[in-house]
Amino acid sequence: MAVTVSIPTILRTHTGGEKSVEAKGTTVLEVIDDVESRHAGIKGRLVKEEKLHRFINVYVNDEDVRFAGGLEAEVKDGDTLTILPAVAGG
Amino acid sequence: MLRIRRELVDEIVAHARRDHPDEACGVIAGPEGSDSPERFIPMLNAARSPTFYEFDSGDLLKLYREMAANDEVPVVIYHSHTATEAYPSRTDANIAAEPDAHYVLVSTRDPEVHEFRSYRIVDAEITEEPVEILD
Repeated sequence: MAVTVSIPTILRTHTGGEKSVEAKGTTVLEVIDDVESRHAGIKGRLVKEEKLHRFINVYVNDEDVRFAGGLEAEVKDGDTLTILPAVAGG
Repeated sequence: MLRIRRELVDEIVAHARRDHPDEACGVIAGPEGSDSPERFIPMLNAARSPTFYEFDSGDLLKLYREMAANDEVPVVIYHSHTATEAYPSRTDANIAAEPDAHYVLVSTRDPEVHEFRSYRIVDAEITEEPVEILD
C-alpha cells in the first residue's frame, strides 16, 4: 500500500507527464520528500521556508491540510494527496 | 487566440456586473486537448474583495475532481477588475499556474461599457491574444 499523489498540470514536467504518482510517508512532508527523491525539483515548487507555499493547496483525501497541521498533517496508506495551485489573483 | 461563443462571453460579463464592486471569478471548462470553452462554471470569490480573488479551497478541489471525471480542463479562467483596466496585475501573473489556459480579464470600471480581453500567462510572463467571438 502507498499514498497516491495527484499532480497538477504545471508540475507534470517533473513527473514525465504523469497525472499521479505513488509515494510513501506518514506526514505530508514525508510524502513530498519521497516524491522529491524520484522527481527532483517538485518540493521547491510546494514548500518555501519549511512551510507550504501560500498559493499551493494540498489535500489529504477531502481535507485541505492548511486546517489539519500543514506539512505535519497525517497521511495513511491508501490516502490520496492532491496538489492544486490556488486560482487567485488581484 | 481565444475562440469563444457569444453566450459564454455574455455569462462572464453578467457575472462580473452582478458581483461588482467585488471581483468575480470562474472557469469555462472544455474537453481536454480541444482548446474549446464549453461549460460555464461561475465560482465564489472567497476573498469577497474589490482588489483580490481566490477560489475557495474546498470548491477548487470539487471543481478539479469534476473536471478530471469529465476529461475536462479549465480552458478559460476568468476574473474581473472593477476599478482598473482588463490587464493582469503583477499578482495575477505571479500566481497564474495553468500555462494552457486562456486567462480572461473583464473590466467593469465603466458602468456602461465593459472591456473583455484574453491572455496567456506562462512563468509569470503575460502575452495578450486576440479574441474571436463566435455567433
